[in-house]
Amino acid sequence: MSNIEQEADFGDAVPGDEPLDDHEPAEGVGSYLIGLGLAILLTLVSFFIARTTLVWEPSIPVALAVLAIAQMGVHLVFFLHITTGPDNVNNVLALAFGVLIVFLVIAGSLWIMANMNHNMMPMDQIMQMQR
Amino acid sequence: MSAFDATAERDIPRAEPARARHHAADELALKRIVVGFGFWIFLLSDIVMFSAFFASYAVLVGATAGGPSGRELFNLDNVAIETACLLLSSFTCGLASIGARTRNGLWFYGAMAATFLLGAAFLAIELHEFMNMIAIGAGPTRSAFLSAFFTLVGCHGLHVTAGLLWLLTMMAQVFAKGYRPDILRRVLCFSLFWHALDIVWVALFTVVYLMGVAA
Repeated sequence: MSNIEQEADFGDAVPGDEPLDDHEPAEGVGSYLIGLGLAILLTLVSFFIARTTLVWEPSIPVALAVLAIAQMGVHLVFFLHITTGPDNVNNVLALAFGVLIVFLVIAGSLWIMANMNHNMMPMDQIMQMQR
Repeated sequence: MSAFDATAERDIPRAEPARARHHAADELALKRIVVGFGFWIFLLSDIVMFSAFFASYAVLVGATAGGPSGRELFNLDNVAIETACLLLSSFTCGLASIGARTRNGLWFYGAMAATFLLGAAFLAIELHEFMNMIAIGAGPTRSAFLSAFFTLVGCHGLHVTAGLLWLLTMMAQVFAKGYRPDILRRVLCFSLFWHALDIVWVALFTVVYLMGVAA
């Protein structure tokens, strides 16, 4: 090992670390600026869609969900620096598992509770039985 | 990744400086990966906890018990200002982490102070909103919908409060102890935490406020 300044490559990137090789602060700002711009754009569109009467009304919640998921992706890539590179496999796998659990908890709760609401006896009939 | 101080955390014997220093630098780089990844796992479990609150909110959103619904209570202009505060604070938090890694005091302290002010502004607006709702009789005891609302949004607000305290602690530690590798690892974890809070807020303003007013 001749070069003592060179560091070993462990094959994993630190989540949140911006790729930054220089001691010059301006180097890493670009990614945050792109992220900020995209996030502002998506937020503005979200707030516009929520109040507009220009689009077909039942499509609004779907549009809002898509915009929110897109914005979370922007935050993950440009603020948390989660990438598809080989040094990010562990970070992405942990994220994928988290997303799976979040999906199961939310979709499962909504599905089960909607089913139970559907099967519940109407409230006036319950009142009748208690007389 | 040359921003790690190879000599700060352990004593390097003078006799064999090159190899020993190389070994110490490797160890610090590895430790930063392990700490960052461990905190990433914690954040994901925190997000799983939030998903349970989101699920209960989504289930109870219609259970207003004759009380006010979101459409009557929410003021989207306030929410837009809160969103702007938190988004900009996430950006300045990124600048602060660059400042910490490049050991630039002006960047670090300036960006951290900006992050604190924006986060505090967010919290003040949210508390004001909560106070107004309680004052008009729409507190957490009014209906199942409002219980779920205050639990979900209040839990995020508590996270922001904890984040602000952590932020001040990090400024004080960098000031008192300098840019030591262990302090820089804590700054890394703090910035991960703050960015994650902003991601939760994106889901929150969409599901609670925008869908509450639009739907």
